[in-house]
Amino acid sequence: MEITTQEYKHCDLIKVKGRIDSATAPEFSKALEKATEAGHFKIAVDMSELEYMSSAGFRALLATQRNCKRYNRGELVLVTVPDRIREALELAGFTELFKTFDDSIAAVGSF
Amino acid sequence: MPPLHTYSVEAASIFLMPNKTFPAQFEFLDEIRELVAQVAREGGFTEKEIYSLQLAADEAASNIIEHAYEGVSNADLYITCDVHGNAITITMRDTGKAFDPSKVKQPNIKADLSDRQIGGLGVYLMRKLMDEVRYESNSRTGNLLTMVKRKG
Repeated sequence: MEITTQEYKHCDLIKVKGRIDSATAPEFSKALEKATEAGHFKIAVDMSELEYMSSAGFRALLATQRNCKRYNRGELVLVTVPDRIREALELAGFTELFKTFDDSIAAVGSF
Repeated sequence: MPPLHTYSVEAASIFLMPNKTFPAQFEFLDEIRELVAQVAREGGFTEKEIYSLQLAADEAASNIIEHAYEGVSNADLYITCDVHGNAITITMRDTGKAFDPSKVKQPNIKADLSDRQIGGLGVYLMRKLMDEVRYESNSRTGNLLTMVKRKG
């Protein structure tokens, strides 16, 4: 798994590549926490090169979404979710909890 | 279940039944998913089905490592993966704490963000992704999880 964070004026774009499972999810959580601890609660997670995500990744997304939406201070949105991952998120009922965008420009522009 | 000929069972056991032992650590989930993918691919499952099988196996193994072997190091996870006809059977055996799936509360997947519980999601996904999920606990041989998925 590889994570890169780009800070834009109105949001952070966090791109995660590779696979998120119980082994790598803590590192993914850490990248998300780094943004929220800096007071950045508007976050777009680019999944275009993510191959796999287990419920350990769902857990990290859920915790961050709760934190971001508190006091209406922001939101976490998902960008370019691969089909297989979207199907798993749907199965878990997670798609209703996150806005999704087809590309990062649209996601960054939404904030 | 259709009747199986003895010779075909034996042949399948030799060629299609990788029986592998993994250290019960999250770092080996990659290898566990790879084993499942390899057997499923050879057995003719689609890529979509293979992803589901990998996810179910990952959730099962993660639960065993996190709960059955909670606080235990140097533990092992014994996995078999086998295709017979149109079905794949994955078994996982551990010697950790017994698991009672009836005690796992089904997560409310329609709850609001604030009420969403993440606990139990792994078991929920396993049941959704597989056609059969069975647990047996035996004080002598340990815990056995059996998961079956049919093609299509």
